[in-house]
Amino acid sequence: MRHIISVLMENEAGALSRVVGLFSQRNYNIESLTVAPTEDPTLSRLTLTTVGNDRVIEQITKQLNKLIEVVKLVDLTEGDHIERELMLIKVKALGSQRAEVIRNVEIFRGQVIDVTSSVYTVQLTGSSDKLDAFINVIDTTNVLEVVRTGVSGISRGEKVLSL
Amino acid sequence: MELLSGADMVARFLKDEGVEYIYGYPGGALLHIYDALFQQDAVEHVLVRHEQAATHMADAYARATGKPGVVLVTSGPGATNAVTGIATAYMDSVPMVVISGQVMSHLIGEDAFQECDMMGVTRPIVKHNLSVKSPEEIPMILKKAFYIASSGRPGPVVVDIPKDMTTPTDRFEYVYPKSVKLRSYNPVSRGHSGQIKKAVDLLMNAKRPVILAGGGVISANASEELIELAQHLNYPVINTLMGLGAYPGTDRQFLGMPGMHGSVEANMVMHHADLILNLGSRLDDRITNATEKFCPTAKLIHVDIDPSSISKTVAADVPIVGPLESVLGEILKQVKASTIETDAESHDSWWQQIEEWRGRHGGRFRTDDSELLKPQAVVEALCDVTNGDAYVCSDVGQHQMFAAQYYKFNKPRRWINSGGLGTMGFGLPAAMGVKLNFPDDDVICITGEGSIQMNIQELSTCLQYNLPVKIICLNNQSLGMVRQWQDMNYESRHSQSYMKSLPDFTKLVESYGHVGMEVRKPEELQATLDKAFAMKDKLVFVNVYVDPFEHVYPMQVPRGSMRDMWLNKTERT
Repeated sequence: MRHIISVLMENEAGALSRVVGLFSQRNYNIESLTVAPTEDPTLSRLTLTTVGNDRVIEQITKQLNKLIEVVKLVDLTEGDHIERELMLIKVKALGSQRAEVIRNVEIFRGQVIDVTSSVYTVQLTGSSDKLDAFINVIDTTNVLEVVRTGVSGISRGEKVLSL
Repeated sequence: MELLSGADMVARFLKDEGVEYIYGYPGGALLHIYDALFQQDAVEHVLVRHEQAATHMADAYARATGKPGVVLVTSGPGATNAVTGIATAYMDSVPMVVISGQVMSHLIGEDAFQECDMMGVTRPIVKHNLSVKSPEEIPMILKKAFYIASSGRPGPVVVDIPKDMTTPTDRFEYVYPKSVKLRSYNPVSRGHSGQIKKAVDLLMNAKRPVILAGGGVISANASEELIELAQHLNYPVINTLMGLGAYPGTDRQFLGMPGMHGSVEANMVMHHADLILNLGSRLDDRITNATEKFCPTAKLIHVDIDPSSISKTVAADVPIVGPLESVLGEILKQVKASTIETDAESHDSWWQQIEEWRGRHGGRFRTDDSELLKPQAVVEALCDVTNGDAYVCSDVGQHQMFAAQYYKFNKPRRWINSGGLGTMGFGLPAAMGVKLNFPDDDVICITGEGSIQMNIQELSTCLQYNLPVKIICLNNQSLGMVRQWQDMNYESRHSQSYMKSLPDFTKLVESYGHVGMEVRKPEELQATLDKAFAMKDKLVFVNVYVDPFEHVYPMQVPRGSMRDMWLNKTERT
């Protein structure tokens, strides 16, 4: 099953490579990873998506917790949560394709953020599934480039991951 | 206020931290630090002949005393030579602080002379590593290193110090940090009381219980609690390879070691138990055999300071995260206060069954008709000549298993071996690290002619620092454990497991200024050992020619359960 694990850690050189190294050392997989400092510049928030059965996920969270620089972590998929990912996608758009692309962008509530006579660059935000769905409706031969940020997530309601 | 250079701070901090010995080897990146060490006499530096040996010396010191061992190596090759020793300590949860020199900070990343990314190289094999970015940080970074290395589940910590952090002319205020607090690192201080209560209920109601004591019992200094609990309940005890000595090896309730080369009674008891109280063993593959067939009727209580060791290989029914000494103390208190009466009748028949297993196979090796000296007999003779009270440091291979099986360890911290990583070349430097700190005790290195050659250059260090250890080389003229597997699984095709051109060990050790002896026949053994151990002030290397065809038994059948074992070359359970 897919899990979104969110990690609060010391914003120090090397901390990220410890997390990434752990996954390769222990043969776990990372599907996506995103990291940036929080409102407290001494802390970073790292969000990763991974796939594994309950036992593997339990080991992943335990091993992450063991890293000295990890302050706290949460498996967001254990509770109600919101996930978002941002995608920039460059699409070939000529003739009738131009209107077709715009229609799909509207349906998916995206934005065209750059235009040339033959290309639209589209920005789209949502769950990973939604971004996948958008790519699927565009003829793949017209997709020139895809950039995705990886998943960020947050718990719903009062629950917070903080010091 | 005192102004010190970074180099002086390193020397001064080690003194303030109470470090007596550091083990190392100088080099360009460390010249400032070595100069600072030269100008003080609180910390004594031991100069090894290869950095790997420095790590094993520090490691063995830590295993024998419980205090972190300290290593000093230079940048590049000095640092990479230490890697095997760091990984060895990591796998066996040994507290160690390794200070590595680094090229000057403005050169980092430029492929400078003797540059190596020690932080990157050691990341997977350390509990933590730290690099110094400014000289003022040195005392606090070293304090963190010692704290992290020795608290919680112990392990090695590397501190990487670029040369320009130690420049003698750059002076900064030095204050010894008495304590350190890390918001992201808080080892558990006690077990969960609800879980402990569940464990006590299971213990009081068990019909076929067994206590499994791992290396955690030793690193937590929880032997006394273990002995009291086991004897109060009259339950059988098994020590893992890393736990040997946690429960006395000559006690009636002790059944030996479990796993691949465990005793018949230990493996049988594990397989048939209805309750296993696992104290600080990570249940690795050399214990469990096939995990899906592991102890089918047992409930498992698993106590460990490291939550990730619990339910990693085998799911625990009652997981308890906490320091063993305090958790065991609490279990003991509640067991004593419990109103539940243990099932004496079931325990009687359990013990009868255990004695039957023990009697059937008896833990004896076959002396058969050969005239060749059996390696097991050498270990038994060693145990006799040292009254079972020596520090025994082992290398890796058949001799390691024979030592584990046949030396009866009655005290913790006396059996020092590379259990997790299985590092050949560990034994001699380990024995040196122990002897340096326990000069009045018998310290033995049990080794083979393969392992000893992986760090034999340390005979020179032994002379320089007067370390009269006793090296017992069980010489079977082959890499015995490899050969055994080739006999069992590769139709005796002995690919690269035979050593040609062995040196004349007697001449070799004599050239280093030590004493060499040889044993070729069984009847020479006792007298030679007596003579060797009577020479208190001399390093004696006893080259014992043993039966080259001997295998280590019992040996679990691959992919079987705990009880599936070869008992000798022809019989299995």
